[in-house]
Amino acid sequence: MTTPTIVLVGHGMVGQRFLEALADRGVTERARIVVLCEEPRPAYDRVQLTSYFSGKTPDDLSMVEAGFMEKHGIELYVGDPAESVDREARTVTARSGRVVAYDTLVLATGSYPFVPPVPGKDARGCFVYRTIEDLLAIEEYAKTATTGAVVGGGLLGLEAAGALKGLGLDTHVVEFAPRLMPVQVDEGGGAALLRTIERMGLTVHTGTGTQEVVTADGAVTGMRLSDGSELATDMVVFSAGVRPRDQLARDCGLTVGERGGIAVDELCRTSDPAVFAIGECALASDGRVYGLVAPGYEMAQTVAATIAEEEAGNGFTGADMSTKLKLLGVDVASFGDAHGTAEGCLDVVYSDSRSGVYKKLVISGDGVLLGGVLVGDAEQYGLLRPLTGTVPPVSPEQLVLPAGAGAPVALGPSALPDDAVICSCHNVTKHAIGQCSSLPEVKKCTKAGTGCGSCVKTIEKLLPAATDKGLCGCFSYTRSELYEIARTLRLTSFAALLDSHGRDTAKGGEGCEVCKPTVGSILASLNNGYILDGEQASLQDTNDHFLANMQRNGSYSVVPRIPGGEITPDKLIVIGEVARDFGLYTKITGGQRIDLFGARVDQLPSIWTRLVDAGFESGHAYGKALRTVKSCVGQTWCRYGVQDSVKMAIQLELRYRGLRAPHKLKSAVSGCARECAEAQSKDFGIIATANGWNLYVGGNGGATPRHADLLAQDLSDAELVRLIDRFLMFYIRTADRLERTSTWLERLEGGLDHLKDVVVHDSLGLCGELEALMAAHVADYRDEWAETLDDPERLRRFVSFVNAPGAPDPSVRFVPERDQIKPDLTILTIGNLEGATSR
Amino acid sequence: MTTLELSLSPDSWMAVCEEARLTPGRGVAALLPDGRQAAVFRDRSGRTYAIDNRDPFTGAQVLSRGLVGSADGRPFVASPLLKQRFDLETGRCLDDDEVAVTVYPVRTK
Ligand code: SRM
Ligand SMILES: Cc1cc2nc3c(=O)[nH]c(=O)nc-3n(C[C@H](O)[C@H](O)[C@H](O)COP(=O)(O)OP(=O)(O)OC[C@H]3O[C@@H](n4cnc5c(N)ncnc54)[C@H](O)[C@@H]3O)c2cc1C
Ligand code: SF4
Ligand code: FES
Repeated sequence: MTTPTIVLVGHGMVGQRFLEALADRGVTERARIVVLCEEPRPAYDRVQLTSYFSGKTPDDLSMVEAGFMEKHGIELYVGDPAESVDREARTVTARSGRVVAYDTLVLATGSYPFVPPVPGKDARGCFVYRTIEDLLAIEEYAKTATTGAVVGGGLLGLEAAGALKGLGLDTHVVEFAPRLMPVQVDEGGGAALLRTIERMGLTVHTGTGTQEVVTADGAVTGMRLSDGSELATDMVVFSAGVRPRDQLARDCGLTVGERGGIAVDELCRTSDPAVFAIGECALASDGRVYGLVAPGYEMAQTVAATIAEEEAGNGFTGADMSTKLKLLGVDVASFGDAHGTAEGCLDVVYSDSRSGVYKKLVISGDGVLLGGVLVGDAEQYGLLRPLTGTVPPVSPEQLVLPAGAGAPVALGPSALPDDAVICSCHNVTKHAIGQCSSLPEVKKCTKAGTGCGSCVKTIEKLLPAATDKGLCGCFSYTRSELYEIARTLRLTSFAALLDSHGRDTAKGGEGCEVCKPTVGSILASLNNGYILDGEQASLQDTNDHFLANMQRNGSYSVVPRIPGGEITPDKLIVIGEVARDFGLYTKITGGQRIDLFGARVDQLPSIWTRLVDAGFESGHAYGKALRTVKSCVGQTWCRYGVQDSVKMAIQLELRYRGLRAPHKLKSAVSGCARECAEAQSKDFGIIATANGWNLYVGGNGGATPRHADLLAQDLSDAELVRLIDRFLMFYIRTADRLERTSTWLERLEGGLDHLKDVVVHDSLGLCGELEALMAAHVADYRDEWAETLDDPERLRRFVSFVNAPGAPDPSVRFVPERDQIKPDLTILTIGNLEGATSR
Repeated sequence: MTTLELSLSPDSWMAVCEEARLTPGRGVAALLPDGRQAAVFRDRSGRTYAIDNRDPFTGAQVLSRGLVGSADGRPFVASPLLKQRFDLETGRCLDDDEVAVTVYPVRTK
């Protein structure tokens, strides 16, 4: 028997899902699979396209796991679209001239953006919004533009408008229909959306068509609108809907729908039984073209199953068009019969134009929930969508009223029926989720939650509440309990702690990647010793182990301490010289110091020898320890300053350097209330007053920003230091693993008042002990790097290879970028580095 | 002095280092003659293991720099980059059934 060939045309989201479904069913082992991909890169997450503008790289968006094609023997031809199909001969011809014979052909060509045939539509400055290349072009052009207009106020149009706004353009949205998002939301919802979007500074023109793109010298200068007015703009993004890409199918005589789309039956077969069509290019048997990814995924599964001859008959008969999005930061969701088209149906509406919240439920005469629209607050989407088609357990009014108004709704996901679909991206039911016990397990076993992510909150509510507060699989105690055990029993070894206080199943074992560094940190906080000797060495995370931060290619970064951000020209020159001599990438960090990237593990000692000789010491960028105490320039120079903020910042940074804690610690000192050092976003922040210092605690930047709380006012230098000593030691003693002071303070019973009682009024009589612990830390501090360099035994670990101490690691290579280096990632995609050479 | 050896093919063994170079609970990297890299570990009870050094999730040659742990009595190493765990005896990834790394036989002599 010869191996059959399956040819896939189009490597978009649905195409990739189809390949995964083939691999899951073992088809890749018995068939040759050829993929023709038009775009210059393999499949990527188009749904998340806009996240490119918030920092995702094209690589981050990729949907193809490294090694997937190789592992399954799939031939992928990137940048080589199919140009014609000969159905008689069963061949596909690609642009490069490549001719591939097929037994089965699958078309997954997606859609193209529809551009209305207005004059000027091809001028320079006109764009569409569909591919990574489109976004790159928009980004480039926007650099010289000040105003942008989006034609189309639908889902994608608003996303494009958000992107233009984010690029700093004065942004207009022109929508032909009388409201925004006409397909998804009704009039009331459109109005709520409009208000919120206008409040963000976008200009919306609804009920207005585009008549002409006005140009000068071939470039856009404006748009003429249907009301006769002219809108000045430097660029235009068309987002007026999509059309199925069915040209290839038309050309080879396959049946296509009157309004486009490759006609398929329930099994996604086209009019030629050897050819299938899936995703946005297909006209499904229910007469619809689906512009969402979830129905496309279902089609991909159907065709893969049919090809695998497993479950033919379980076809695609239509799908749910429910969506939940965050557009420009506004929650918008619609589900089921959102427009209330069913006969005799009734609406229940809640609308609050002040807060921009609009909710509507569509209910049948006999109380069945048929669908709905949520704008501004879509919290309940995860619950309402699966309830669609049932009579909800509480009255519809209770479902739309905000909490606190009317009867509180005690309705959680537990009220859902077992067959309710919780994850619509992957069609996973409540029952299937109930088989798992944790979110990672749900993701692994059912894929639920790995698509758009909107169902994750509901899934979490369905999982058994974590009753086991234990640190990890090895300990049933929390971090703070372990701290107390180690402190009171004076334990100094991880093995002793594990064997005496570990779970029975873990005693005598190795511990794990969670408890080892946690206990390592506790022991370091209590004993202040060098952290890399004896057993302690085996507990530290890799960063602490090498006293440097590991980067994505296995190289390390080097961060010398620059207390308060103050540095002499001579020291600055040393850093420059070291970076130059070792070829390191150099960047000013967000913490007022300098990071040197790209050191191989075997270079760390020579780099640090130079730095230590020049008077630098470890900046602990790698440790759960004090990072920086930022500082403004303060009274010495600044006309507003009322205290010497630099001096205080340096004093504090030197006092707390090297202090091991449950998480990293950051601080800042500002010389006056103008707060140039951003002290209120720090774990402990200090702001100068005419009478001394105000101390703020529990601030955080990062993922969940929190403003710090004022702990005490007008402190003298000595009072300030003493209070910080107590605060930090109390935190170290009672916080959980990886709990910043902000989350710790939020969790602390009694909150800020309790904290004040303990550290200011000494209500627990602990303060003497806390101060003594800090005094011991300060007295025992020694620079880890200097200590390491002094000891040949400690230096032995800094080699790339234990059996070839001088040899550099050939996988750590760099390529140039903007006059410096960056990791060469291509080399990491090669499994076997045979023959690879060093830089 | 005990030497740790690793096997690339059924009856050829190469010396990696003295066993005492290995801190219990940590690993070291060894360069193999064909350019590949092995990550060699020793656990608390003195048993030694070797797997491929390449982290299949990131492509970086870093598994030797991960932390050794045990779950259900079986030893594993957690990648220092994105923390996926690999069974030291079978090479199987404990967080993704589809992924595994090569295991090399080791002995001390
Ligand atoms: C280098 C730097 C970015 C830069 O180029 O500016 C940086 C780089 C890293 N940050 Fe950061 N952060 C840097 C300033 C910040 C800041 C700004 C600041 O400190 O003023 C923040 C927000 C402020 C805050 O922490 O409250 C910040 C919030 C984070 C977070 C989120 C923390 C949170 O509580 O949400 C992480 C993740 C974590 O620690 O778990 C993180 C983690 C990291 C890590 C350690 C990630 C890692 O494990 O590889 C990066 C390692 C850098 C390296 O290899 O050297 N970084 N990071 C900055 C170093 C400052 C310094 O001199 O030490
Ligand atoms: C900005 C944006 C936001 C979106 N947000 C959402 C959302 O929140 N939720 C949602 O469900 N959906 C969303 N979508 C829609 C979603 O991206 C599509 O439904 C999905 O990508 C369809 O997958 P597909 O594989 O059918 O088509 P595509 O992903 O478009 O892939 C088709 C591929 O085929 C290629 N191709 C075409 N012709 C040929 C040829 N002749 N030879 C070779 N290759 C060819 C194309 O270049 C393309 O790469 C969004 C889309 C965009 C653009
Ligand atoms: S915080 Fe006050 S003293 Fe410091 S630089 Fe800003 S204005 Fe000057
Ligand atoms: S609904 Fe999108 S990931 Fe579950």
